[in-house]
Amino acid sequence: MEQFFASFLDYFLTAFALGMTFLYGCTGEILTEKAGHLNLGIPGIMCIGGACGCLALKLMSGAAVPPVLLVIIAILASFAGGAIMGVIYCFLTVTLKANQNVTGLAMTTFGVGTTKFIMSDMSSAKEATQSYLYALKYFRYPFGESGSALVYNGFMVVLAIVIALAAAYVLNRTRVGLHLRSVGENPATADAVGINVTGYKYVATCVGSGIAALGGLFYIMCWSGSCDAYKSIEKLGWLSVALVIFTLWRPNISIIGSALFGLLYLAGNRIPTLLGIQFDMSVTKLLEILPYAVTTIVLIVTSVSKKRENQPPAGLGIPYFREER
Amino acid sequence: MKTANKPVSEPLVHVVKRDALPLWKSLLIRVLAVVAALLFCSLLSVLMIHANPFEFIDTMFDGSFGSSRRLWKFAKDAAVLLCISLAVTPAFRMRFWNIGAEGQTLIGALSAVAVMIYLGNKVPNGVLLILMFIASVTVGAIWGCIPAIFKAKWQTNETLFTLMMNYVATGLVAYFLLLWTPSGSSVLGELSVGHLPAIGHDYLLLIIAVLVLTVLLYIYLQYTKQGYEISVVGESENTARYIGINVNKVIIRTMLLSGALCGVAGFLIVGALDHSIATTTVGGMGFTAIMVSWMAKFNPLIMIGTSAFITFLDQGAAQITTNFDIDSAFPSMVVGIVLFFVIGCEFFIGYKPKFRQNIHKGGKA
Repeated sequence: MEQFFASFLDYFLTAFALGMTFLYGCTGEILTEKAGHLNLGIPGIMCIGGACGCLALKLMSGAAVPPVLLVIIAILASFAGGAIMGVIYCFLTVTLKANQNVTGLAMTTFGVGTTKFIMSDMSSAKEATQSYLYALKYFRYPFGESGSALVYNGFMVVLAIVIALAAAYVLNRTRVGLHLRSVGENPATADAVGINVTGYKYVATCVGSGIAALGGLFYIMCWSGSCDAYKSIEKLGWLSVALVIFTLWRPNISIIGSALFGLLYLAGNRIPTLLGIQFDMSVTKLLEILPYAVTTIVLIVTSVSKKRENQPPAGLGIPYFREER
Repeated sequence: MKTANKPVSEPLVHVVKRDALPLWKSLLIRVLAVVAALLFCSLLSVLMIHANPFEFIDTMFDGSFGSSRRLWKFAKDAAVLLCISLAVTPAFRMRFWNIGAEGQTLIGALSAVAVMIYLGNKVPNGVLLILMFIASVTVGAIWGCIPAIFKAKWQTNETLFTLMMNYVATGLVAYFLLLWTPSGSSVLGELSVGHLPAIGHDYLLLIIAVLVLTVLLYIYLQYTKQGYEISVVGESENTARYIGINVNKVIIRTMLLSGALCGVAGFLIVGALDHSIATTTVGGMGFTAIMVSWMAKFNPLIMIGTSAFITFLDQGAAQITTNFDIDSAFPSMVVGIVLFFVIGCEFFIGYKPKFRQNIHKGGKA
């Protein structure tokens, strides 16, 4: 029994940590969607975030940078990379009023490609250690090496939760949040009362993209720590987009949601060993569908129940043109 | 920001909607955008791989048209992409954002392979092919129409629903692959049954089939009552309801068609090309198809051009990666950058910026 609890705790902590990848992406996408923009470029942006962070680490390798600063610079680089992608997305969809779905998908194509291009160069098993994996220990134990269960719970886990709570606070408790939500619900009305619609859309989307980008860095440096981790970020990015629906556009709920997604994502691998039963390999493949299936069900249930506070922002996906009648 | 407006003074630039541009002008803007994008990409390649821009453009063309083998590969890839693009088009014309073509095609291909595995060698090849076709089309249509039913009944967001269905389809393929490969390797070799006959060239039948499909879909969308209903629902659901169109019926029927066409694409991929399946069989083409269709303004005939264009970029950039020994991800960078330019240029076709002094001369809003 003790054995069971120990392995369950390990499963839970691992899943919770993995969930932080989703949490970063999800918080970023919520901010964007609250401004009325469905950014399907999030998977690409998360990839870019990972690549920029690793690139920064590569540039600093060998230099005498204190570990804490090293981590902070990598995080800032990652954020900046995501924010730049956000600016491109905003320029196309807000200023040039392009179709959001098409732009987002192009962002993902570009982001995933660029990331692979950057990373494959420095990710051969030999080079990776020198170029960025040397910093793994700083990400995992910024306060000195410690116990095994906390192995994944570096300081970026705390950061993810803090950002999510802050986003929830700003959205629901401040004037800025109220303005942002009104921009996403009905931009014409917001414009009429003097809110700078374009400004809010730009800032929300760029900050959101920056936050999402951290998810990529987190996955590579904190959760996976392997040299081909960058290849799976896209798949996780789509799950982050799914998580937004799952948590009904609430960053604070998404902390729990992301842990749940982490549990579901790893279920195929962990549950059989946990229960001590041997599933057929193919059954584990079916278990991997779970997060997507559950999200679909939530999507259906919320749309059937029609509770007003559970609906997506009313202006989601519709470009705003002031002179449209 | 150009369109940012301060309440104190008139903005320097203000944007107004254009009346329809003459065709040559809108084409010119698009061509300019593509040229600008290619220049940008060649500049990028100068910086990264130290090739000169002419070499870049030259290699791009060489990659698609350099030899007859490359030309055939180009035509084949363009045809497959075109087929999936055709599939998403009817839905897009009614503003139903189906981004699940990837999954619908994959599940269609999976059904064809299932028929090959369970009925291969038990029935004659001709019958087998017909059964494969029926299976692909039926399952593709069902897969496509599930989100449509929920959209019609409860306005469930179709973009996110179809996106999720992609991953369910991928998961199912992974499951069946493990089931069908006794060693547990998940790599299904080429199956020997259920091959479409080759006429002339291996790819010729596929290409002809897709072109016929293109013309048929064009006629359906442009000249039939159902095609007209799709356009009306896309323009305004309220108008559609007012003139007595059953909107829910149109949504479900159109997605059945979209899904069925994806099924056809899956059938063609399995029957004429791969004779096998993997989770990466569709390889992102379901997403690329959305951009192909959108660039063509949802017109099937123009899609022949846009799908050829994207394939040209992809294959040309792939040639660059081999010639200059850089990473194979380069093509998706190029496609991404060109798409940004093409997406951006649409603004100048639909809108025009007006500078401050023009406003007083009776600029039309």
